[in-house]
Amino acid sequence: MMLGLLWLIPSLPAAGFVVLVLGGRRLSRRGAAVVGAGSVGLAALVTLLVAASFIASPPPGDAYRQVLWTWFDVAGLKPQIAFYLDAMSLIFVLVITFVGFLIHLYSTEHMERDEGFTRFFVYMDLFVASMLVLVLADNLLLLYVGWEGVGLCSYLLISYWQKDVENVYAGRKAFVITRVGDTALIVGLFLLFTQLHTLEIQPLMQSAAANWAAGSGFAVAAAALLLGGAVAKSAQLPLQTWLPDAMAGPSPVSALIHAATMVTAGVYLIARTHVLYELAPDVRLTVAIVGTATLLYAGFSALAQHDIKRVLAYSTISQIGYMFLALGVSGWEAAVFHFMTHAFFKALLFLGAGVIIEALADEHDIFRMGGLRRQMPTVFWIFAVGAAALAALPFVTAGFYSKDLIIATSLGSVDGSVWLYLGALAGAFVTALYAFRLVFIVFFGEQHTPVTRRPGWRERLPLYVLGVLSVVGGLVWMPGWLGGFHPLESFLGTALPPTELGGSAFAESAGAALLTIVIVLVGIEIAYLLWLRWQAATARFAAQPVPRAIQAFWLHGWGFDWLYERVFVRPVKWFARIARGDLVEPAVGGIAWLNLRAWRALSASQNGLLRTYLTVAGVGIVLVLAIVVLR
Amino acid sequence: MTALFYIAAVVAVIATVLVVTRSNLVHALLYLVVSLFAVAVVFYTLGAPFVAALEVIVYAGAIMMLFLFAVMLLDVRAEAPLRVPRRAWLGPLVLVAVLVVELIYALTLNDSSLRGVEVGPQQVSASLFGPYVLGVELASMLLLAALIGARHVAGQPDDGGGEADHGGGPADDASDQEAGA
Amino acid sequence: MASVPYSYGLLLAAVLFGIGFAGLLVRRNLIVVLACIEIMLNAAGLAFVVAGARWGRPDGQVMFLFVLAMAAAEVAVGLAIAIRFRQTLRSLDVDDADEMRG
Repeated sequence: MMLGLLWLIPSLPAAGFVVLVLGGRRLSRRGAAVVGAGSVGLAALVTLLVAASFIASPPPGDAYRQVLWTWFDVAGLKPQIAFYLDAMSLIFVLVITFVGFLIHLYSTEHMERDEGFTRFFVYMDLFVASMLVLVLADNLLLLYVGWEGVGLCSYLLISYWQKDVENVYAGRKAFVITRVGDTALIVGLFLLFTQLHTLEIQPLMQSAAANWAAGSGFAVAAAALLLGGAVAKSAQLPLQTWLPDAMAGPSPVSALIHAATMVTAGVYLIARTHVLYELAPDVRLTVAIVGTATLLYAGFSALAQHDIKRVLAYSTISQIGYMFLALGVSGWEAAVFHFMTHAFFKALLFLGAGVIIEALADEHDIFRMGGLRRQMPTVFWIFAVGAAALAALPFVTAGFYSKDLIIATSLGSVDGSVWLYLGALAGAFVTALYAFRLVFIVFFGEQHTPVTRRPGWRERLPLYVLGVLSVVGGLVWMPGWLGGFHPLESFLGTALPPTELGGSAFAESAGAALLTIVIVLVGIEIAYLLWLRWQAATARFAAQPVPRAIQAFWLHGWGFDWLYERVFVRPVKWFARIARGDLVEPAVGGIAWLNLRAWRALSASQNGLLRTYLTVAGVGIVLVLAIVVLR
Repeated sequence: MTALFYIAAVVAVIATVLVVTRSNLVHALLYLVVSLFAVAVVFYTLGAPFVAALEVIVYAGAIMMLFLFAVMLLDVRAEAPLRVPRRAWLGPLVLVAVLVVELIYALTLNDSSLRGVEVGPQQVSASLFGPYVLGVELASMLLLAALIGARHVAGQPDDGGGEADHGGGPADDASDQEAGA
Repeated sequence: MASVPYSYGLLLAAVLFGIGFAGLLVRRNLIVVLACIEIMLNAAGLAFVVAGARWGRPDGQVMFLFVLAMAAAEVAVGLAIAIRFRQTLRSLDVDDADEMRG
């Protein structure tokens, strides 16, 4: 059975990592590229085989478990290195390996002229391996290993161009903030283990459901702690400040880690442990609120950015907010669907942005771009497809189907609410606005920077593939009023509970969908008016004091960085400074000082003069004689 | 004979002190010769006429002449004799005093009179050709080594005045190699 | 032959040795340093002869012979070094050769 090949999927990129670490220096650029991208490509092939087998003849219980070996066995904790494949993890693995491979292929050209080429693929392969471990893990401890691994690789890849210290600071910021979440997560794991005595996910969920009453303290605590971890990793409020700065890394890194995969780890975690959230409805509601607040916050922030990658970064934060919203209203499958489509179009947008940045000789500012529609028509159309999917252009984009589903679910689910629905709608409007603002400013108008490089086939092919996926990717789950063709829902239904609908007829009706469609189209039209037709007037308006202040406020992420600097960073630095002169410091410093003094003294005794040496020898003789004689 | 011993001993000590304290180099060496003569007399009074003769012939004769030749070769008159401040003597004197006291203490634990027996050249020679013949051979080898070594270290004689004018050792080695084999 | 207490001979040897050692520590002229070494060797030989005379055996004198041979060898090489010293450092001050330090 092909399912037995499951272990190969994370092992192939891991093997690629090992080969590049050990022999990377001896490989040519081409060799390193083949190993680096090829290992992920092979993993994608194996995934296809495994997926075909899984779908064609599903294993019993709709889940396949493969145990490799027992990690350790201490005091009742006996985690195994085991992989668990069900519908949800299969979707994640397919996305990670395929989109991952496309991005790796793109990178072989994009990073070609970079001197750290091999190092890049070392980190990327390690990342893919860790992410696959994360989604395939059968127990939470192994998941945490993958979690840490992707965090490490995120840090390494953000600060990839390490000669510029600002990049290193960005990597450090990402690491420290996600560390806060990681701590919450591990405390949650401690709680789960001490209370329920296992960390294997399926038994754990069953045990939680059996032993904890709904709303009990443990369930709430565990769910909240896991939520803390997810919020940090997925860059939701209030731990979202690291993601815009993470754009300091290369575009493929932003595409793979900070759009398609790592930042969705939080979504995966919550979906995996959904039983806990069902047991703690208040925390689940918090998830939805966090998601809604974040999607609005990030949408407005994206509207004010002028660095192309930062627009996309805030857009990612916003779209993950949609996924959290879906999770929070028990739309587990809808969240996974949106994850899939988002991976397609966001990776597309980031890779496209990479091509544009490269073409304009490392220009990031959208106001210095412009007019690229004529110069790079193919890139324009592809990018427009991505932006349309992001904005959920009706019917022809995958984003429409997944986002519409979430919006509908936010009202229609038993756990939904009108306020969440309105928030999601407003978010859709803002998304359309900023997505097409980006398109109009970058590709229309007069050109400010000349095009000096054009992408080769290795960059274009992934863009085409992702473009196609961004269009057709949503057709696997059509809404009821369009025919109800939803094989994805049925498939995911084998792994996740269905969303209970609260009987709001309006939510499921074509009317609601029409409302969404209208809002999106209005958003696109307004974007056209503001940033293409009446450009000059918009610019004049934006220069007025109040709009300018608002824009600055949104540009800097609503002041979160400023706030955290004052509330957290400065006190810690102050404390570190005053705690310097503690007891241990002089003791340790004293050792060094003593050594230095002893060295100086001994050194001084070697003054090179014969007579001094003779005198010392004489004294020695006298002493020895004294000892001998006086016995 | 006993009186001769004491007189010679005193002369030796005084002469040695003068060797160590004279600032004129040649004077110091001459006083050393006197000291060696006095020690030779001491040897004689102790009933060791053979070594008394050896002391005069080899030590005072050959070795001191070697010193004086070296002094002439080095043309010491060209520079001022090195003066030593008085204060510099204090430390070494204290150290030496302690050393001498210790030595005396160690060496005279078993106090006894000398046997007034003369050990003549015959006995010494018999001993040298008998039990100590190996030592004699080794001593001769040592002297050969010293001879060759001294000649090598001091440089070749046929470089003329070049030796004294050259700056450092390496340069001299180079000139050795040029002029030599 | 003189009947002198054994210890006086050794005392003389010790005193001569001490004077030589003191001179070695104080004087800076290389030739004088070599001379002081000779003084010390001579004193040691004297001690040997005294010891030999105490027992009435030739061994002391034989040792003195060897010491003498050794002293001669040492003087030869030492003076050769002194000549080199003078050539390299342009003086006979022992304190000028102080580069092997630190």
